[in-house]
Amino acid sequence: MTLLEAPTAPPEKVRSERSWRAALGLLPFVAYLLVFLGGPLYFVISGALSDADGRPTLDNVIASVTQPQYRAAFTSSIVLSAGTAVIGAVAGAFLAQAVLTSRPTSPLRRIVSTASGVLAYFGGVPLAFAFIAALGQTGLATQFLKSAGVDLYASGFRIDSLTGLALTYVYFQIPLMVILITPALEGLVPQWREAAENLGASAWTYWRRIALPVLAPALGGATLVLFGNAFAAYATALALTSGSIPLLPTAIASALSGNVLAGAQNVGLALGLDMVLVIAVVMVGYVLLQRRASRWQAR
Amino acid sequence: MRGRRWRVVVLGLALVYFLVPLLSAAEFSLRTPGGGYGVANYLTIFGDEVLLSSLLVSLQIAVVTAVLVLLLVVPTAVWVRLRFPAAAALLESATILPIVVPPVVMAAGIAFVQANLGGPVFRTLFASSFTALTPFYVVLALPFAYRAVDNGLAAVPLRTLVEAARNLGASLPTALWRVVLPAIRSAVLGAAFLTLALVLGEIVIARILLYGDTFPVAIVEVGRSQAGVAVALTLASLVLTWLLLLAVSFAGSSRRSTP
Repeated sequence: MTLLEAPTAPPEKVRSERSWRAALGLLPFVAYLLVFLGGPLYFVISGALSDADGRPTLDNVIASVTQPQYRAAFTSSIVLSAGTAVIGAVAGAFLAQAVLTSRPTSPLRRIVSTASGVLAYFGGVPLAFAFIAALGQTGLATQFLKSAGVDLYASGFRIDSLTGLALTYVYFQIPLMVILITPALEGLVPQWREAAENLGASAWTYWRRIALPVLAPALGGATLVLFGNAFAAYATALALTSGSIPLLPTAIASALSGNVLAGAQNVGLALGLDMVLVIAVVMVGYVLLQRRASRWQAR
Repeated sequence: MRGRRWRVVVLGLALVYFLVPLLSAAEFSLRTPGGGYGVANYLTIFGDEVLLSSLLVSLQIAVVTAVLVLLLVVPTAVWVRLRFPAAAALLESATILPIVVPPVVMAAGIAFVQANLGGPVFRTLFASSFTALTPFYVVLALPFAYRAVDNGLAAVPLRTLVEAARNLGASLPTALWRVVLPAIRSAVLGAAFLTLALVLGEIVIARILLYGDTFPVAIVEVGRSQAGVAVALTLASLVLTWLLLLAVSFAGSSRRSTP
C-alpha cells in the first residue's frame, strides 16, 4: 500500500481501518511512555494506598493531607508554583513577542531560542549556585546594590526565603514560556492586524479585542504547564534553602530517605500521589485549553 | 517608534535578569584562594580522577539516551505528520507529561520498585547507574526533543519529500533515513544536545536512587568542599551546550538558504 493510494473501499470503512493502522505507528512511543513513566506512577499510587505490609489502606493519604508539616508544604508549594507561573508567563510572553518582532534573520532570535532551550533545563543545583553568587549575603549583585545605596539584606531580603526562591524559579520559568508560547504568537495572522488598522484600531485595541482573545487559550495552557514545572522542581529549592522552607518535593524526599520509620516511605508515596492528583487537574485544564487554542491554528 | 521603545525595555530587562546570575557565577568561579583571579577551578577536572570518571559515565548515559530519544521521537513525529495528524494534539499533551510529572515522584516510584521487587530483570536493571538511569532519562528528555524535532519537520515540505522519494522507489524507512533525516539535521542535533544538557544536570533521580557516580552528583559532592570548582564546572557545561546549540542553529540556516 503506497502513501498516495486512492481509497477504493467505502470511505467510512477505509477511515476506520486506516486510523487503526495509523495508531499502530504510535505504538513504540506510547508503549515506552506507559512502561517508564506509567510504571513508576503505578507504583507510587499502589504504594500510597497500602501499608508497610502491602495491605490496602487510606491512612497514608489521610496523613499526607492532615499532618501540619505536610499542609505547610502544600501551601508554600502551591503559592510558589502559582506565583512564578503567572510572573513567568507574563514576562515570557513579552520577551517572546519582543524577539518575534525583530527581523527574522537577526541573530537575536537564534540566541534567545537556543538560550531558552538550555536555560529551561538550567534548574537545579547550578542555578542555585548562580543565584547565591549573585544575590547571596556576599553576592556580587548584593554588594553592587549596597554600594549604590540599596541594602537588600537590611530591608529583609534573604535568598533562602520564599521570595528568593520565587526570584530563582522565574529564571527557568521565563525560558520555558518563550518555548511554549512562540508557536502561538507566530500563528497570529498578520492580516488580522492589517484589517484592524484599516478599520482605525490602535495597537492597544488590536491586542485587547483580537490578539489576546485568540491567544487566551494558549496563554492559559502555557501558564498551567509552568505551574506544573515549578510544582515539580526540587533540586533548586533544596540547594538554595537546604530544606528550611517546606515544599512538597522536599517532604517526599525526606520521607523516602527516612524509611527507618516503618510506613514513612508509604506516606512519602502518598504525598507523591497528592502531587500527581494536582498535576492531573492541571493537565485536564491544559488539554481543554489546547483544544480551544487549536481552533485558530491552521494545521 | 513607540513600538521600538517597549522592545528595548523588555530585552534590556531580560538581559540584566539573565546575565547577572551567570556573570556572578563566572566571577565566583574565577576567584583563587590567594585573593586574585585565575582559571585554577576550571583546570581541577583534569587532575581529579573521580570527576573525570563520573563525566565519562554521564557522557555514556547521555549518548545512549540521545540515541533512544531520537529513535522514539523522529519516526513518531514523522508518522503523526504524514499519516495521523488527528493524533497531533494527543501527542502534544503526552509530551507535556514528563515536564509536569515531578521527577521526585518518578524517583519515588522507581525507588519503590528497586527496594521491593526482586527478580533477575529488576536486579540487572538496577545493578548500575547506566542501566538504571538511562531509561528514565529518556522519558525526561522526550518533551523537549519531540518539540524540537516537530518544529524541524514543520519547516520542511515533508509530504513532498517523502512522496518524491517513494516515487523514485525508496521504501518508507529509506526515505526517512536518506531524505527526511538530512533535511531536519539541525533539529535532530538540537534535540540531541538538549538531551546532553539534561543528563549532565539531572540529580534528583540519581540521588534518590543512590547512584553517586554520575557527573552532576559528583559535582555537588565536590561543591561541599570546593564551591568554586562546582560552579566552574556547571558553568562550563552550560556554556558549552549553549554554544553547540547556537552553532547547530546557524549551520542549519546557512544550509537551508543555499539552493
